[in-house]
Amino acid sequence: MVINVLKHSGLFILLVLFQGLILNNVEFGGYVVPFLYVVFILALPFETPSWLVLVLGFVLGITVDIFSSTLGMHASASVLMAFARAYLLKMMAPRGGYEFNSKPNIQFMGLAWYSLYALILIFSHHLFLFYLESFKLTQFFQTFGRAVASTFFTILLVFVVQLFNYKSTTKS
Amino acid sequence: MGNLIRFLSKNSFLFLFLFLLFVSFTLLVQNNNYQNSKFFNSSNFLIGNLYSTVNNVNEYFNLKEINSELAEQNAKLKSVQINNFYQVYGNVFLINDTTYSQKYVYTSAKAINNSTNKRENYITINKGAVNGIKAGMGVVSAMGVVGTVKNVSENFCSVMSVLHEKNAVSAKIKKSGYIGSLVWELGNYRIAGLKDIPNHVKLTKGDTIITSGYSSVYPEGELIGIIQDFDLPEGNNFYNIKIELAVDYKKLSHVFIVKSLIKVEQEKLEELNGN
Repeated sequence: MVINVLKHSGLFILLVLFQGLILNNVEFGGYVVPFLYVVFILALPFETPSWLVLVLGFVLGITVDIFSSTLGMHASASVLMAFARAYLLKMMAPRGGYEFNSKPNIQFMGLAWYSLYALILIFSHHLFLFYLESFKLTQFFQTFGRAVASTFFTILLVFVVQLFNYKSTTKS
Repeated sequence: MGNLIRFLSKNSFLFLFLFLLFVSFTLLVQNNNYQNSKFFNSSNFLIGNLYSTVNNVNEYFNLKEINSELAEQNAKLKSVQINNFYQVYGNVFLINDTTYSQKYVYTSAKAINNSTNKRENYITINKGAVNGIKAGMGVVSAMGVVGTVKNVSENFCSVMSVLHEKNAVSAKIKKSGYIGSLVWELGNYRIAGLKDIPNHVKLTKGDTIITSGYSSVYPEGELIGIIQDFDLPEGNNFYNIKIELAVDYKKLSHVFIVKSLIKVEQEKLEELNGN
């Protein structure tokens, strides 16, 4: 339990710094920005109480907001994502519930499950975020395109992160 | 009341979500103008320091860009440097002596525009009325005669080049002292013609032609060129002489404007004769 908390705290700091210092400066054609930090919400263990996920999502969003001077934007998107995660996990639960000590990652849940899980949550987060950013519907399709493209890149990065995790856990 | 509490506790997750969303939206709306957010922005101490550290590293990646920007700025600064400006006053050298009375003063100047391929070629020079340049002054270069000032503006003057079919320079054969008139005859910008040399004068190819100083536009003895070729047409009293000009007008850059101090006096005197 304590190890888990420490691990996720480390992940939190690492992701926020990576997002704030590197990924925020990444722009593919001024259009696509990957938001890898959401992988923190994806990676929280199944046993985490849902209210804690909400609070952590909020804190995570606020921290990223401070870095990008967009107070409230990432926070609200992350809270929404944390909210959706609770319902999604209920819906996607295998028969007989999640095994104790299993985590939402490719290793435990399989590629198909994880892909769907990540895709839905990340896309909802990005869609909300980009519409909140533009705050108007006049550029509806452009904003939608940005959300889709950014989702693609974020998922790509999420899988890369998963790859790192996968290797380290199989070795140990 | 009990029902309400039961309702709230039952849906605590939903309410927490709505509460956090509300907080986020409040923050979002209040800090829409992020300059107003006093604390939670990138200028606060912790993140500000972090950013300045990151910026220190990032600077290295931008060195190339910064260099070119600096070079551009250097060029801009250089262009306003003092030695990029011509002196409005100055470059006039006077010799004060009681035994000699000075006849000519020179003003250094630079040819800034030039042509050699027209019938009437003019050279533009970067000195003008503010430098005391007046129409009719002579222009010479280190190599020899260049022309006569025709028009003067505030800061520039245009010089009627020797390569101008209406510009006749009073010339002298250095060896024998005979006086002729130098006229450019179109075509080759290196060749001009010398007229009015009588047929009894002994000429050799390579004889030096200098200014006579008669017109007091140019000082006496300024180089014009050398005799390249000459012939005496049948039944003609005057030679047909081809002069290779000393000055390469296409390479003209630094010139001297010659101001004659006695020209007015000389012309006044000569006018009396005319009347």
